[in-house]
Amino acid sequence: MTTTYTLMRARQRQRRRLLGGAFAAAGAAVLSGCDKLSNNEAFVDTLKSAQRLSHAAAGVVAPRKAMAQEFEPSQVAPVFRSNGTLNPGDADYVALRDAGFAGYKLTVGGLVDKPAEFTLEQLRAMPSRSQITRHDCVEGWSCIGKWKGVQLAHILEQVQPQAEAKFVLFRCFDSMDGPSLDGHDSRYYESIDLNDANHVQTILAYDLNDKPLPISNGAPLRCRVERQLGYKQAKYVHAIELVADFAKIRGGKGGYWEDEGYEWYGGI
Amino acid sequence: MDSQAVAIEPALAANAAATRSIYRHRLPVRVMHWINVVCMTILLGSGLNIFNAHPTLYWGHDSVTGTPWLSIRGENSPAGPVGKTRLGSTDFDTTGVLGVSKVSGETMARGFPSWATIPGPQWLAMARHWHFFFAWLFVVNGIAYVLYTVFSRHLVKDLVPTRTELGNIGRSIVDHLKFKHPTGAAATRYNVLQSLTYLIVIFVLLPLIVFAGMALSPRIDTVFTGWVDLLGGRQSARSLHFLAAAGLLLFVFIHVFEVIVAGVWNEMRSMITGWYTVPPDHPAKEVRP
Repeated sequence: MTTTYTLMRARQRQRRRLLGGAFAAAGAAVLSGCDKLSNNEAFVDTLKSAQRLSHAAAGVVAPRKAMAQEFEPSQVAPVFRSNGTLNPGDADYVALRDAGFAGYKLTVGGLVDKPAEFTLEQLRAMPSRSQITRHDCVEGWSCIGKWKGVQLAHILEQVQPQAEAKFVLFRCFDSMDGPSLDGHDSRYYESIDLNDANHVQTILAYDLNDKPLPISNGAPLRCRVERQLGYKQAKYVHAIELVADFAKIRGGKGGYWEDEGYEWYGGI
Repeated sequence: MDSQAVAIEPALAANAAATRSIYRHRLPVRVMHWINVVCMTILLGSGLNIFNAHPTLYWGHDSVTGTPWLSIRGENSPAGPVGKTRLGSTDFDTTGVLGVSKVSGETMARGFPSWATIPGPQWLAMARHWHFFFAWLFVVNGIAYVLYTVFSRHLVKDLVPTRTELGNIGRSIVDHLKFKHPTGAAATRYNVLQSLTYLIVIFVLLPLIVFAGMALSPRIDTVFTGWVDLLGGRQSARSLHFLAAAGLLLFVFIHVFEVIVAGVWNEMRSMITGWYTVPPDHPAKEVRP
């Protein structure tokens, strides 16, 4: 009988709709649950524990001195993409920039035996390294550029880090929230460990693609830590500090974006 | 209709006695299956949130010189915000889902909509924490599964199709297209299309998604300097990671669809308790050669 059949089909459709509804409801519950968990400190700490595992595993599978890939000159992007601060508005930076960075000095201090200052001319006179590498932003894009600069290891050799120094901290000119009027410090900063600091490809770059570093890419000096993501490559560096730990510096996480929740280890 | 129903009934009654249950999925497989469901759900949601931070995919090393092939963006138009998705060189209006969608009632420009991402709001740092924690669980679970299938002989006994089964692939394709599912003894084994699909998922898509994901890590790239070139460069690896995820999602849709068509409760029970009720043979089956 057609009515029985229609009834059966209707029941089947209803059951399917119910099942579909159940799936959708379960999905929505999972997603809203994930949003709640994202704001639960203990849960997020558990998620973050994977960072330590990733960092340790990277250290095991990738040798300490393993090199980042270097590319051919033909693979260099015509314009190097810039991100983050493009032109710092901080008064001290603006004054230096307007003078063509003539008065720029890199200060190196902290847990070192011989604190020192270096002018751009002095840095340029030191042995240099050129490398064509790929810059990988945490957002997902990449860009290949040619960098020239002095190896950080060379600078460290001159200032003689003390035994308790574990990290190299970079202090930058650019205030991420704009120049401060009320003493609020939002200047970019970053930190890396001594393994990365002493790596062959870790340089303080003053040239990009055979020209002086453009302002939007961090003039006059930026760091290149080739085995980590873009936010670790501090731009507009004015001081380097050797520290035993960074728990009491700013947000305590070792960098501007780290204080905003990103991983300290930017190698993943 | 009516007469047909009457004709089938005695046959069903006769077969009822033959209805039997088999222990289809062993405990380790069931546990690993459900861990996988959790991992894949979270990896997909958090992966889409990460994708949204730069909603364009390319072929090549670099996103400046590479060739974009998929791009999702939001634009302002006189009629209001428009979501556009470009595939190759063709633009599609995807307002409401891709490019422009509502986040808690507010229309926003974003790649994938908030109902598909973990967390819902655009939050790259948090999405990465979710992604990497569950990526570890997923990989450990996956390795455990492969070791288990090999050493318990689940792989050779149940997953690798026999020569005869491979020979009957044509019939299996026709049966699938007719949504006809095996009964009796045939229902106690994976059918040939099912085995091949599982093998492709386990030994092609899953390793691909893991290696393409690892190629995105600047440190893992240094394990053998230059190995990322095997995938066509880092941006190609990002595309392959995305495409493998799309392939897995397609698999999940088909898998869930087949479960529903073949009998939700029986299939779900077999993956929860292990016990599966073998559908009795159709009377017509005896006549088959």
